[in-house]
Amino acid sequence: MLSSFVLLQATPTASTLGTANPVSIAMFFLFVAVTLYITYWAAKKTKTGSEFYAAGRNISGFQNGLALAGDYMSAASFLGIAGMVATKGYDGLIYSIGFLVGWPLIMFLIAEPLRNLGKYTFADVVAYRLRQRPIRIASSVGSLLTISFYLIAQMVGAGGLIKTLFGLEYEIAVVIVGAVMTLYVLFGGMIATTWVQIIKAVLLLSGATVLVLLSLAKFGFSPGNLLEAVSTQYGQAMLSPGGYITNPFDALSLGLALMLGTAGLPHILMRFYTVPDAKAARKSVFVATGFIGYFYLLTFLIGFSAMALVGKPAIEGLDKGGNMAALLLAEQTGGTAFLGFIAAVAFATILAVVAGLTLSGASSISHDLYVHVFKKGVSDEKGEMKVARRATIALGILSILLGLVFKGQNVAFMVGLAFSIAASANFPALLMSIIWKKFTTQGAVWSIVTGAALSLILIVLSPTIMVDIMGYPEAIFPLKNPALVSMSSAFLVGIIVSLLKPEPAAAAKFESEKLRTYLGVGAE
Amino acid sequence: MFARRPYTGYKIYQSMENEPKPSANSTAILESAAFKKLVKQRWSVSLVLTFAMLAVYFGFLLLVAFDKELLATKIGDYTTLAIPVGLGIILFAWLLTGVYVFWANNKYDASVEELKNKIS
Repeated sequence: MLSSFVLLQATPTASTLGTANPVSIAMFFLFVAVTLYITYWAAKKTKTGSEFYAAGRNISGFQNGLALAGDYMSAASFLGIAGMVATKGYDGLIYSIGFLVGWPLIMFLIAEPLRNLGKYTFADVVAYRLRQRPIRIASSVGSLLTISFYLIAQMVGAGGLIKTLFGLEYEIAVVIVGAVMTLYVLFGGMIATTWVQIIKAVLLLSGATVLVLLSLAKFGFSPGNLLEAVSTQYGQAMLSPGGYITNPFDALSLGLALMLGTAGLPHILMRFYTVPDAKAARKSVFVATGFIGYFYLLTFLIGFSAMALVGKPAIEGLDKGGNMAALLLAEQTGGTAFLGFIAAVAFATILAVVAGLTLSGASSISHDLYVHVFKKGVSDEKGEMKVARRATIALGILSILLGLVFKGQNVAFMVGLAFSIAASANFPALLMSIIWKKFTTQGAVWSIVTGAALSLILIVLSPTIMVDIMGYPEAIFPLKNPALVSMSSAFLVGIIVSLLKPEPAAAAKFESEKLRTYLGVGAE
Repeated sequence: MFARRPYTGYKIYQSMENEPKPSANSTAILESAAFKKLVKQRWSVSLVLTFAMLAVYFGFLLLVAFDKELLATKIGDYTTLAIPVGLGIILFAWLLTGVYVFWANNKYDASVEELKNKIS
């Protein structure tokens, strides 16, 4: 995911990648037709706010677990991590581990209180006992920044990917993705988005499983033989950590961003409101962690299989970042039809992830900003829904524009930035509001502002931008990812500001909210 | 709950005039030893599991940063120690969430039900 998800430029090779593949186009249209039918079905059920934002809180724990996994397994993590393993060997696994280990922490620290205290967005929880306006404004800024950078990464990745997969023009691909995902969210709200995620998760998991089985068949179904093939072709060094992580502080900082960023992604946090109670929220995290872990195990095997069967030169010849490794492997093991299937799944994956992002962006605008800031908490549901739908259209147009404007940009740092802002601006304020009685409104606002601003400033000064993109010999800030500094500062500033000026009303309310936090009394 | 409440600026929130007063019953629960024990137990379990996860993950990262040789040790003809360790962490993370679910479904939920019945 953080590997160079650079624009994949299709180059003529023996592969059929980059030409219109009838199977993948048929598969993709089937996916879009089925999901639009679901959207039509969901539209009839989507009238109230609770249905639009939270699927009427009717999703089961298992279904939500699959949907969470669907939200998290982006095309970047499927193609990107498999590609990283295929080109850099074992180091790719270090990234997948980072993306996984945030999930247990979501479970232990925030899932249940989040479900019991909130309504539609994570800002509900932070604002629960603090002053509404300042918190809603600050947390919307944190949410929208995270969502925007994640959206840019997905849209730009999507355009390039689809160009390679289907031979479609970049611009057309971006417009299709933007338009279809706007339809999902606009008409079907969270009900449709959830089912799109579930279908996509099942397709992705089963497609990757078949790919691994087809590949392992070539090694007599023995992973040991696969490793032997990798080792004899590319050297034993591929099977152990290489030079990817050298500076321990860099490792720590990246690790924090990957781990705690997950616990601050608005579209992930929003999913906890779709289940009926805390028990179901708990079950969803368990299911999601299992599926995501299994998925990363598969990407690891896919990466090594691609390295052994397709070969590094062929993979890197098509795309430097290795993003095409899984697809080349699919073609080699299952033929053009199977390539078509996997390509369609990758496209579907992007659609589903951007739909989830857009829905959480729209709820932040309508629920946090419109209702609680502009309308000061007094608003009828009809008005709110109208704003939510307008925000969806606006975000759809915006994401298409961003996709077009950022064409050709390296998007790796935007994913890093999205995770860093999530870990620094969203996570500390959310956690402190749940566990710390003395947390105050000012403390929360300053914590969010510090986390967001430091992430932005430090990433510009980091080697990721100064050296890799702007070409300076050295960067002002030494770490590739700012989370170590920006997240610790967000915690520190939140604590200091809260202690400097106590807010007795907030502390008193913390006591009475405990019934809801721990027992679920009064939770929606 | 916010949407249905008339909202006239944050001063109301500070004085909490519009807040429904907690009933005597729920105040009693909040101050009961059983409830305090429940909250304490919940956070002990959560924090122990959190630190276990953090220790394993950052231990792994530090090992990658400082002792690559150890991870490169062969444990089979070609397999290195790094591979079972890496895959083991993925499995460990999942099992850890399983431990939490097991505890919460059996112990925590039972205590929650007991306390909720007292509120009526």
